[in-house]
Amino acid sequence: MSLVARHLEENGMPTVVLGSARDIVEECGVARFVFTDFPLGNPCGKPWDTKMQHSIVGTALDLLARAWMPRTTVQTPFRWGNEEWRVAFMRVDDSNREALARAGEERRHQQAEAKKGDGYRQGKS
Amino acid sequence: MNQRRPYRSFVSYIDRSREYYAAQGYSQPYTWAHHDDAPFTPLKKPLSECRVGLVTTAGKMEAEAEGQGRRKIRELYALAANPAPRRMFTADLFWDKGATHTDDVDSFLPLNRLSEYAAARRIGSVSARFYGVPTDYSQGRTSLRDAPQILEWCREDGVDALLLSAL
Repeated sequence: MSLVARHLEENGMPTVVLGSARDIVEECGVARFVFTDFPLGNPCGKPWDTKMQHSIVGTALDLLARAWMPRTTVQTPFRWGNEEWRVAFMRVDDSNREALARAGEERRHQQAEAKKGDGYRQGKS
Repeated sequence: MNQRRPYRSFVSYIDRSREYYAAQGYSQPYTWAHHDDAPFTPLKKPLSECRVGLVTTAGKMEAEAEGQGRRKIRELYALAANPAPRRMFTADLFWDKGATHTDDVDSFLPLNRLSEYAAARRIGSVSARFYGVPTDYSQGRTSLRDAPQILEWCREDGVDALLLSAL
C-alpha cells in the first residue's frame, strides 16, 4: 500500500496512509501517515465505534491539508484497551516452536501440491 | 500516565514476521521496501473543494472466495462507493484474527465516515468509486502494474486526494 501511495505522490496525487504497522510504512517512506496503535485489521477505528472512526478519518483529512513535508506521521490518541495482542500476535516461544515448524512443512507441501494442480497464485498474506 | 519501559511500545511487524516465518522453516526472510527519500505532493486546492477517494487492500466479497477462505486471484478493482459495501473479503489478508474482526467495513474502509465529512462540507465530495489493490509479495507488480492503474482510475473519477487504508 505504501508503494502505491509513493507512486501516486510522484505523479501529483496527494495521499495519506492510514495504518497500524508503523515500521513497515515508515521504512517504505510515505508522504503522510496516520498511525493508530491497534492490532492489525482496524486502522480507521474500532469496529462499530463511529465516533472514533470519525475522529481518525478527520485526522487523515487534517493531515492532507496541513502537512508541508514528506514522512509526516501523526499518531492518534486511541488505545485498544486489552494490550495482550502485542505479545500474542505471531508469537514464537517454546510452547509453539514445534507446532510452527510442522505448520511450515505442511504449508510447503500444500503449495507444492497446488503448483501441480490448478496453480493458485501464491501472494504474501 | 507516565511510564518507563526498556523497549519500544509499538509492534515491529518486520521483526515479528521474520522470526515467525523463520520458525516455520523459511530461511530466506522477506525483504521489505525501504527508501531514503519520500515523494510529496501538496494539496492543490482547499479540502472543502476536493474530491476524496479511498483505497483498500480488502477484496470484493464473492461467494466462491468466502466458501474457500481465499481468493483464487487477487485482483485490482474499482467499485461503486455509494451505497458503501456492507461486507468485504479479508480472510486471506495479514491481520490479527485473534484480537479483532473486520465485520464493520468502516473500521478499515471508512466510506460512510467520509460521506459524513462530505455532507458537512469538510470535503467537496467522495469519489464515485473506491479502489482495491491486493497486497502482493511482488513489490514490482505493486509499483509497475497496480499503482499506475489506481492512478488512472483516480484521474477518470476526478479525484483530488486519496486516503489509503492498509488492513
